[in-house]
Amino acid sequence: MTDIPGLPSRRSFLKGSAAGVALTGLALSAAEAEAAPPVPLDQYEREYLTADEWAFVMAATARLIPSDGDGPGAIEARVPVFIDRQLAGDYGRADDWYMEGPHDASAAPARGWQTPLSPAEVYRQGIPAFDAWCETTYGAAFAALDADRQDEALAALQKGEPGLDPELRDFFTILLANTKEGYFADPLYGGNHGMQAWVYIGFPGARAAYREWPERHNIEYPLGPVSISGERA
Amino acid sequence: MARQEQKKDVVIVGLGWTGSIAGIELAREGLDIVALERGHDQATVPDFKYPNQIDELKYGVRLKMMQKPSQQTLTVRRNGGETALPYRSLGSFLPGNGVGGAGTHWNGLNWRPQPEEMKLRSYVTETWGEEIIPEGMNLGDYPVSYDELEPYFTHFEKVAGISGKAGNVNGEIREGGNPFEGWRSEDYPMPQQKRTWDSQKFHDACTAAGYHPFQAPAGIASTAYVNPYGMQMGPCNYCGFCERYGCYQYSKSSPQTAILDALKRMPNFEYRTQSEVLRVELAEDGKTATGVTYWDEAAQEEVFQPADIVILSSFSLNNVHLMLLSGLGEAYDPLTGTGTLGKNYAYQMNGGVTMFFEDDHFNPFVGHGANGVCIDDFSVNQNDFGALGFIGGSYWRSGTFNGQPIRNMPLPKGTPSWGAGWKDGIGKWYGHAMSIGSHGSHMSYANNHLDLDPTYTDRHGRPMMRMTFNWQDNDLRMNQYQKSRMEPLAQSMNPDLMQSSFKDIGAQYDVRPYQTTHNTGGHIMSETASEGAVNRYCQTWKAHNVFAMGAGNFVQNTQYNPTGLVGGLAYWTVNAIRTQYLSNPRPLV
Ligand SMILES: Cc1cc2nc3c(=O)[nH]c(=O)nc-3n(C[C@H](O)[C@H](O)[C@H](O)COP(=O)(O)OP(=O)(O)OC[C@H]3O[C@@H](n4cnc5c(N)ncnc54)[C@H](O)[C@@H]3O)c2cc1C
Ligand code: SF4
Repeated sequence: MTDIPGLPSRRSFLKGSAAGVALTGLALSAAEAEAAPPVPLDQYEREYLTADEWAFVMAATARLIPSDGDGPGAIEARVPVFIDRQLAGDYGRADDWYMEGPHDASAAPARGWQTPLSPAEVYRQGIPAFDAWCETTYGAAFAALDADRQDEALAALQKGEPGLDPELRDFFTILLANTKEGYFADPLYGGNHGMQAWVYIGFPGARAAYREWPERHNIEYPLGPVSISGERA
Repeated sequence: MARQEQKKDVVIVGLGWTGSIAGIELAREGLDIVALERGHDQATVPDFKYPNQIDELKYGVRLKMMQKPSQQTLTVRRNGGETALPYRSLGSFLPGNGVGGAGTHWNGLNWRPQPEEMKLRSYVTETWGEEIIPEGMNLGDYPVSYDELEPYFTHFEKVAGISGKAGNVNGEIREGGNPFEGWRSEDYPMPQQKRTWDSQKFHDACTAAGYHPFQAPAGIASTAYVNPYGMQMGPCNYCGFCERYGCYQYSKSSPQTAILDALKRMPNFEYRTQSEVLRVELAEDGKTATGVTYWDEAAQEEVFQPADIVILSSFSLNNVHLMLLSGLGEAYDPLTGTGTLGKNYAYQMNGGVTMFFEDDHFNPFVGHGANGVCIDDFSVNQNDFGALGFIGGSYWRSGTFNGQPIRNMPLPKGTPSWGAGWKDGIGKWYGHAMSIGSHGSHMSYANNHLDLDPTYTDRHGRPMMRMTFNWQDNDLRMNQYQKSRMEPLAQSMNPDLMQSSFKDIGAQYDVRPYQTTHNTGGHIMSETASEGAVNRYCQTWKAHNVFAMGAGNFVQNTQYNPTGLVGGLAYWTVNAIRTQYLSNPRPLV
């Protein structure tokens, strides 16, 4: 652990913490997590998305958080893996939400999620509907367009221009939200690979122990992030 | 036929903040008690342990500690002409679930109301006259005064373990505290918390402007502490995973840290989880309750739990729903003004300014839920309602409490929401923004109320509760006034960029973004049975052995976070049960 002299280390905090007794296995899983290289995205075994849907999610997230410039893009952060796993799980199925009818999908957006579809179903129906609009407008499915056209198409989707059914109205909203979630969530969920998104903005992740810091005014926090499973970057 | 359990002296519905208070105080009286909690069991160890708790996606975004709409929700409409639609996924407010309730994952901002807020109608009519009260506003006095509640506020603050600095001890104004607060019989149990860089900057700007800054009163331990029940707290780590999370050590004030371990050791107290109360059962004469019927999730059956006293402590919204379903009063009709249940539902009117300082390091992840410096210079008892044209006020606060990047990524207006521009923006601005929030009062109105939905039902086939709620001009004018005062102060701090977000006149309620879980009213306290659902001891007018806890008792909402008043009222109520009711069960008014 790269602790700086005079600053609180996570390890000493863990020892001193009231709930420290509950901590086990942290260091071990860290080593393990660092050892295993990730499966390349083109060999990743999808849990929910079909091949076409995967191609769309790869292409769309690559534009929502592009790879050029400083910091990782959605692809380096492995955001598509995150989205696939989320859609396969309780979030994708809307397990916690009230999904009984009657539904009024065309109600004003301020009235919240009113489509009968779960997030996973919105992707399933939203991708082909948007691809059909891309075909009509640009002559090819989204994934086959060049980057500028893709940006244009996504901007149109955000503004609601493709005129998707009201049931699919929130497609862009959740696509963008899920992309950012995958970028910034703990690597546990498949995205934010190597915590590079946290390194980029300067968020220390799961360190969560800053007792000496409130009164260190206007001094940049120097330590890199740790993850829940104990990775360091 | 429902299974029947052995009779108890007391059944408590919901084991959050108020249920825990009722539990321990009545158990200490020697009563035989069962608490029924619809959610899961949870304790600091092992449930909130580090590092598993430090998971923004799971708790901050997917809200795994909160009520699940699939289990329980309500419908919402903004006016009587609209069809109410279910609150299908959580947004605007986040009711708690499981042992500890929302008291587990709250921020810990612990306020007392101002004395004027407890007698607001009288204060307004005596100072400016009745004519300044807008049409449709149900402005009321609480049937209990600040002075009567003061010992109970003090006691709750000792139990909860609040850090702060008194501004008014027995009428003597103290430097560095809040000079506009009501009197306190003693100082806070723990010294005030530390000041982060953003709150220091805010503090200095307020001082320069002639305002009166003070450290936010925090249910966050600043030192080692032992409360009156022998429960121990240790100083906070400024971990920044506070609101929406259970504290991974014993630093945040909660039922877990302040009450539950002491309570669980008492042999005459028992609690059952996965036990969702469906209704209160009334005796044939309708004047008392015989107990409650609940759904036993494990056994998948209904159970009748007989008891001599029923304590409703299931959070304001759930209390009102249970009372409507059980006939514990008559539903309020906004057109005729008759009925009391569901009346005066109120909320909170908030806004804020965000400032960007390219060269400052705010380390936004260093903080706790109640961090910050506050001012009360534009609060209820400082505003000249007659001249300003509204009734109400707010407190301001600045302090880091959550630098978690999925949800907390303030970017200058005009920054694209995705693409290269967004990515540049987050690299440039994360950690270089600070904000000031205005946390304002919300009055009660005939238009804002709760009743049963005619269409939607819950998983037990019961009608859902329906919320009719929209923002009202009076509170929006108050909000715009705060904006007009806050912007110049923010400007005086010379930010590189700044931007405001205050709802404007005409704003419509949007259920999507989180606002607050300060849902108040619906079973309000009143002098007489025709005006509210419970009397001054929070005893229902309908059945004298049913007592209702929580912010549902609020006549209108105050400008503050509700739990200081909720906790004070809970101790006031259990004291009345102990000293007046047990020896002679009857209507206390
Ligand atoms: C994210 C968040 C931040 C907050 N921050 C602050 C703050 O800084 N300051 C402040 O003053 N307040 C704050 N609050 C509000 C505060 O948490 C509540 O005021 C307080 O917890 C209310 O106490 P209660 O006992 O009424 O309800 P809770 O503490 O919520 O307890 C109610 C319990 O009843 C259970 N229950 C519900 N229905 C049933 C049923 N039918 N049968 C059985 N059990 C049932 C629930 O599962 C829950 O455990 C916050 C709330 C949230 C969600
Ligand atoms: S900020 Fe402090 S009180 Fe809040 S959860 Fe972290 S350690 Fe606990």
